[in-house]
Amino acid sequence: MTKRKKRSLKKTTVVDFATYLGVTVLFVVMYSLQSSGSLTRSLSGLLIPICCYMSMAVSLNLTVGILGELSLGHAGFMSVGAFSGIIAAMSLQDAIPSAGLRLAIAMVVGAIFAAIVGFLVGAPVLRLQGDYLAIVTLAFGEIIKELMNCLIVGVDERGMHLLFNLTGSKTADDLHLSETGTAIIKGAQGAVGIKTISTFTAGFVLVMVTLFVVLNLVRSRQGRAIMAIRDNEIAAQSIGLHVTSYKLMAFVTSAALAGAAGALYGLNYSSLQATKFNFNTSILILVFVVLGGLGNIWGSLVAAAALTILPEALRGMDDLRMLIYSIVLILVMLATNAPSMKAFFSRVQAAFGKKSHEGGKGNAV
Amino acid sequence: MLSKLIPVPSSGLLTERDIDKSPILECINLGITFGGLKAVENFNITIGRTEISGLIGPNGAGKTTIFNLLTKVYQPTTGTVLLDGKDTHGMNTMQVNRAGIARTFQNIRLFTNMSVEDNVKCAMDASLRCSMAGSILRLPGFFREEKAAHDRAMELLEIFGMQDLADAKAGSLPYGAQRRLEIARALATNPSLLLLDEPAAGMNPSETAELMETIRKIRDTFQIAVLLIEHDMSLVMNICEGIAVLNFGRVIAKGTPEEIQSNPMVIEAYLGKQKGA
Repeated sequence: MTKRKKRSLKKTTVVDFATYLGVTVLFVVMYSLQSSGSLTRSLSGLLIPICCYMSMAVSLNLTVGILGELSLGHAGFMSVGAFSGIIAAMSLQDAIPSAGLRLAIAMVVGAIFAAIVGFLVGAPVLRLQGDYLAIVTLAFGEIIKELMNCLIVGVDERGMHLLFNLTGSKTADDLHLSETGTAIIKGAQGAVGIKTISTFTAGFVLVMVTLFVVLNLVRSRQGRAIMAIRDNEIAAQSIGLHVTSYKLMAFVTSAALAGAAGALYGLNYSSLQATKFNFNTSILILVFVVLGGLGNIWGSLVAAAALTILPEALRGMDDLRMLIYSIVLILVMLATNAPSMKAFFSRVQAAFGKKSHEGGKGNAV
Repeated sequence: MLSKLIPVPSSGLLTERDIDKSPILECINLGITFGGLKAVENFNITIGRTEISGLIGPNGAGKTTIFNLLTKVYQPTTGTVLLDGKDTHGMNTMQVNRAGIARTFQNIRLFTNMSVEDNVKCAMDASLRCSMAGSILRLPGFFREEKAAHDRAMELLEIFGMQDLADAKAGSLPYGAQRRLEIARALATNPSLLLLDEPAAGMNPSETAELMETIRKIRDTFQIAVLLIEHDMSLVMNICEGIAVLNFGRVIAKGTPEEIQSNPMVIEAYLGKQKGA
């Protein structure tokens, strides 16, 4: 019995470890390629967004794949994280000279604000059964976009000034900033004059932290409860699980990680508009998750990276670009769902399982 | 006083066993109406601490509805459920489970995409303490608790002879094993009353015989009460110490297996009225 236990522990740990290792190896390779200058300009510009999208995909997988609730507003949490992170980083510019520390604080602030918003959205909706979360998060994404379009924020030595331009008549001048003050967010113009402090290393750390949080959560009593609720809510209640609080736990964690990713994303560009985080972005992230496989963490990572690079790689084809992109999506969906492919994957899995069984004998094929 | 399922006259020893202790479950005038339909009416039952009792009746008599009332899947329109002397009024399904009622389902409701071991472990949630931060950061308490949960899950699975299936996906198990896993999962919540909804459905005679032994073993090991719904009369008559017969939402007979078997009302409910009688 002790033998069995060791093996079952090993199986999940091996997959997790391989995921961490894969990300680390990829980071080291890309980092050295980038510093030796052998990456194209467009690819090296994609490194940080890829990290953000990876983190977004893994965190959305927690809601959609592990919890089994459809969320169509993940970009909304990214938006909250991005703008609160930008505000934090810009207002601390003088107080904290170290860019790395400022970035870390911005990401934590982004995560906290996104978590608060996630709680406010999730607390009423997650009490219901059915597709209400999809409807509400869809609306939430749009509402956040419009709210951010109205937001005017500036900072000077007296502190932070905040204005809601709901009538469309106000501008950054209405903040009445002092001479030394700067306007950080100017309504529909978005955040301008951002000091880009995001680094590829920070992106790597973000992906690793996201993986660490999600994988450890899934392989704990909380994760078991969350998956139990996904599989059968009535049975989950009947064994004494607090359904709403576990749903909220997964949803808020997912939102917080999206917020941190948003902060990193926002601080990668010198200007950022709220319209960037629209419905299309939410759907894009959902496509990463669905394509990578619901509940499959490393699948999300691969899909996020591949589908971010693909449109750039196809840029030379001009008009055919989106056509080929969509054909690739359809082909991958068909291929992964075909019975023959499924049989192939299960054979591969069985072969791997066998290997780990006979690993000790040393004659595994 | 309420009509009681205990004392059970036929098995004197058992009567002795439970008679001095307060009952684990008392239902008083329990009833529910769906629109104009009275699905269950004036349901009274008392179940002893370590009693195995049965609820039988024709299809649509309201047996599963009673389970749903006891576990608060439906809120009763009338009546009271006393669990260990405490009123369960206003509780929800989760709270009733934590108060001590665990159940299985007629149409199996397992967590099909999770392993057998995880199915049992997630039922121990109420007795685990590790916080979310502790789980994510893998604090020392996490490993201690996981080890304890694993050991207990294996113990429970061993009762049902399923320890070798611990890593299998619950949805891939054969039908009989799925039913047994549901019982193991219910037991993992540390209940004082176990409700089994047609535990032998779909089992062959030898599996049913094995199940009977297991139910007795569970009662003896954990000292809990079992209330079961079953259509397999050999099982009901063999292991139940008290039986209530339900028809059209009303209790038409109560008593020991011998009394029930010879009760004309019961025979009528099952076979219909004899012509000219």
